[in-house]
Amino acid sequence: MTRSIRRLSLVLVILLVALLANITYIQVFRSDTYRAKADNQRVLLEEYGRERGPILTGPEAIAKSEQTRGALKWLRVYPSGEEYASVTGFYSIVYGATGLERTENEILSGSSDLFFVDRLQQLIAGRQPRGGGVTTTIDPDVQAAAWAGLEGTRGAAFAIEPSTGRILAQVQAPSFDPNVLSSHDPASIRDYYDELINDPDQPLINRPIVALNPPGSTFKLVTAAAALSSGRFTMESVLPGPAEYDLPLTNKTLRNWTGEDCGPNGEVTLKDALAYSCNTAFAWLGNELGADALRTQSELFGFDTAFETPLRASTSRFPDAPDEPQTAMSAIGQFDVRATAMQMAMVTAGIANDGVVMEPYLVQEIRGPDLAILRTADPTVFRTAMSTADAKQLQDMMVAVVEYGTGIVLRGITDGKGNLIAVGAKTGTAQTGRDGAPVSWMVAMAPASNPKIAVAVVVEDGGQAEVSGGAIAGPIARAMIEAALR
Amino acid sequence: MPNSSTGTRAESLGHAMTTATASGAQVQQITVQPKRRNLELFLIVVAWGLGVLGTLQVAWATGEGIHPRFWITASVVGAIAIATHCIVRWRAPFADPFMLPIATLLTILGLVMIYRLDVAAAQRAERNSNPIPTPDVYNQLTWYAVAATLFVLVLIVLRDHRVLQRYTYTAGLVGVILLLLPLAPVIGATVNGATLWVRIGGLTFQPAEVAKILLTIFFAGYLVVTRDSLALVRTKFLGIGFPRARDLGPILIVWLVSLGVLVFERDLGTSLLFFGLFVSMLYIATQRKSWLILGALLFTVGAVGAYLLFGHVRARVQVWLDPFAYADTAGYQIVQSLYGFANGGLFGTGLGRGYPELVPFANTDFILAALGEELGLTGAVAILLLYAVLIERGLRTAVSVRDPFGQLLAAGLSITFAIQVFVIVGGVTRLIPLTGLTTPFLSYGGSSLVANWVIIAILLVISNRARRPADAPAQLDTAPTQVVRR
Repeated sequence: MTRSIRRLSLVLVILLVALLANITYIQVFRSDTYRAKADNQRVLLEEYGRERGPILTGPEAIAKSEQTRGALKWLRVYPSGEEYASVTGFYSIVYGATGLERTENEILSGSSDLFFVDRLQQLIAGRQPRGGGVTTTIDPDVQAAAWAGLEGTRGAAFAIEPSTGRILAQVQAPSFDPNVLSSHDPASIRDYYDELINDPDQPLINRPIVALNPPGSTFKLVTAAAALSSGRFTMESVLPGPAEYDLPLTNKTLRNWTGEDCGPNGEVTLKDALAYSCNTAFAWLGNELGADALRTQSELFGFDTAFETPLRASTSRFPDAPDEPQTAMSAIGQFDVRATAMQMAMVTAGIANDGVVMEPYLVQEIRGPDLAILRTADPTVFRTAMSTADAKQLQDMMVAVVEYGTGIVLRGITDGKGNLIAVGAKTGTAQTGRDGAPVSWMVAMAPASNPKIAVAVVVEDGGQAEVSGGAIAGPIARAMIEAALR
Repeated sequence: MPNSSTGTRAESLGHAMTTATASGAQVQQITVQPKRRNLELFLIVVAWGLGVLGTLQVAWATGEGIHPRFWITASVVGAIAIATHCIVRWRAPFADPFMLPIATLLTILGLVMIYRLDVAAAQRAERNSNPIPTPDVYNQLTWYAVAATLFVLVLIVLRDHRVLQRYTYTAGLVGVILLLLPLAPVIGATVNGATLWVRIGGLTFQPAEVAKILLTIFFAGYLVVTRDSLALVRTKFLGIGFPRARDLGPILIVWLVSLGVLVFERDLGTSLLFFGLFVSMLYIATQRKSWLILGALLFTVGAVGAYLLFGHVRARVQVWLDPFAYADTAGYQIVQSLYGFANGGLFGTGLGRGYPELVPFANTDFILAALGEELGLTGAVAILLLYAVLIERGLRTAVSVRDPFGQLLAAGLSITFAIQVFVIVGGVTRLIPLTGLTTPFLSYGGSSLVANWVIIAILLVISNRARRPADAPAQLDTAPTQVVRR
């Protein structure tokens, strides 16, 4: 019987090998597939079973994890709530994650390859209970000023450090409370989410980087840059600036917002045209330069590019093939020109940085579970939009806007020591196609001699006139600049 | 060297043997297998130590802290383990030194995992403000004590396994009655769809677990007597000799009883176990492959018939083919089991750090999924290899014992382990359709634990006889002139 027992044990060995092969297949090769299954509760429990790393602004956490006694062991909390919602996003068991919570998930959850050494340790010592941290580029003072100014309106504010592309502020209004969406109570999460979705002001839209509005007169900066770059104009060039501009091919006219000539005899310098926001002069200039020159210039500032800061921004657009009247309207930021607040801040920052546009970025540092810095952001040049000389002229023109033009609301800003600061700016008002509600803009950079901050503020329910536009968006821009220079 | 082949055989058979020295001198000696009882003791202490470490790890990782009764419990387990060792030292000193430590380690691993699942259940109840359920681990510990007591009794009462041959038909009769007992009115009970329980007073037990020992004894006793006639070849087909028609009776009866268990008790696992066991032993006894082929044919007919006739069998197969299609219903268990294994990955989450409680019946049928999740592939493979070594030692005992009844009995008992492990592990890892069988020694449940410990006791009795040299000299035909004992 020995022989048959030996033969039978061979069969048993085959069965054993089958079991071992199958279990290896499940635990090693199919592991990731099974983990990715939507109904796998373990993934959620695992995710919430580890301490998710913080999102920091300076030393302060704008998102952090707190221990609970529930099945989900860690709760995500946002101490600054609505103010930073545009940056942090939310982290929900029902609706997934948005904002930095989504884009930086690998870091925050600790699954990133950057933590390879840590993960090697985890393999042996069991799972690491913590994720890594992310430090944003946000300047909390600028952010707070923007939030305080925007609260109660529908709009957005965005600020960039011109020399690097660091995003200093990113605020949306109305905002939402990520604490509620990130709670562990599905019912209250759903209720709140429904409320947000049904809100006509759409608080879940990340306005500073997603909402596209006609930039109105702030787009005159792009037109002016194109004029200077063409070599045919300087800031002293005299342009026709009558009260009305006959739109070619139509029987319509385009009027200045004052209803008057922009200068004596209907003539105005390029500098004053910008300072007074002279529509007729810029409409004329647009057709002189042509739509292609305007589009090319806008693209050098970042139009037609999808930015990821790492948050995904909407692509700002200049119309494809406008005819002459459309080109005239586009030159003053109307017709089909659409831009995000971030894009207009980039235009301003590019001019402020002597023509060099930097890639905007929101993450300054990536930190390990022990909060040691693993990686620091490296500023990169996006494009050179104009020559240094042209940029300097345009900076001067922007200063004129504040000194005697439509941007007087920004006059008299001082630094921390009480010294008067030269500020460059441009105001804007535009009609939105949909409901006709005016959109008010203010873009600015300061100090003009050596810009530290470029801001763009847009308020979607602002007043009618150019001045009132500046009056609504202007004080917010002013508060942000003062916060930055304090 | 003329003696080398005999020498190898002597070693492999593992019993006393005479050899001539190379010099040709007529010095004959008896090679005696070392008893290695101290190795056994050492391995048992290691098993106990692993259990203590595992329990401490659970206490630490779950945040539960060390239970006030922990050291008492650990001491009781240690005392039981040492007691089983002492009885082997006394009654079966020549027995295989690995079987007892492996059974002890598996039992202790089971206790640790059952405790770990108790903790999970208690913590869940606490979170939901429900009353904390009675822990299972103390029941299992009690059953371990009962199992060890029966182990001791078997070793004391059963000096020679050949005694069992006298009770061949009694064992067969009682075995069949026990197998059918759950169908009896009043005491029979259905749990989770399978009628394999008997409830007397407050106690429930699975008579099939006891039946598997009795029927193995019956098969061994019966086949020893009839194997010569069953090995007779009547017809040859495709070069393989097939048995005479009138010798088909026994296999058909066992087949019908197995089908009966399947149909009336809805117990796929037990049905498979008995049929597989009988066919394997039939093959071992007769050394005729034709019995394996016949068995496979009958199995196929039974399986296809059951699939076509019975909804519950069909449902099992469908769930096996695509468990994710039934992830919320019939496939929930197996899907959760796969998720558990996947979550464990290569090295596991660490004891107390996974979510094994998400698998229903994690401490009985699915205990390997729980262990696979927290100990990973490494742990699961280690456990499977423990079973492999245990079965190998059992089969080694079978080939080394001299009487055919002992050979068949040892092989049969080892094969019950092999079939059980393959069927349940294959089931929870979706290699084969899921059938309810306990994982030997690991699973929570008294009947199974006690029965498996009795099997170990019987195997040790056989092993002791196989390896002991005591009566060797008298039985040797070529009586040695000199016996040198090492």
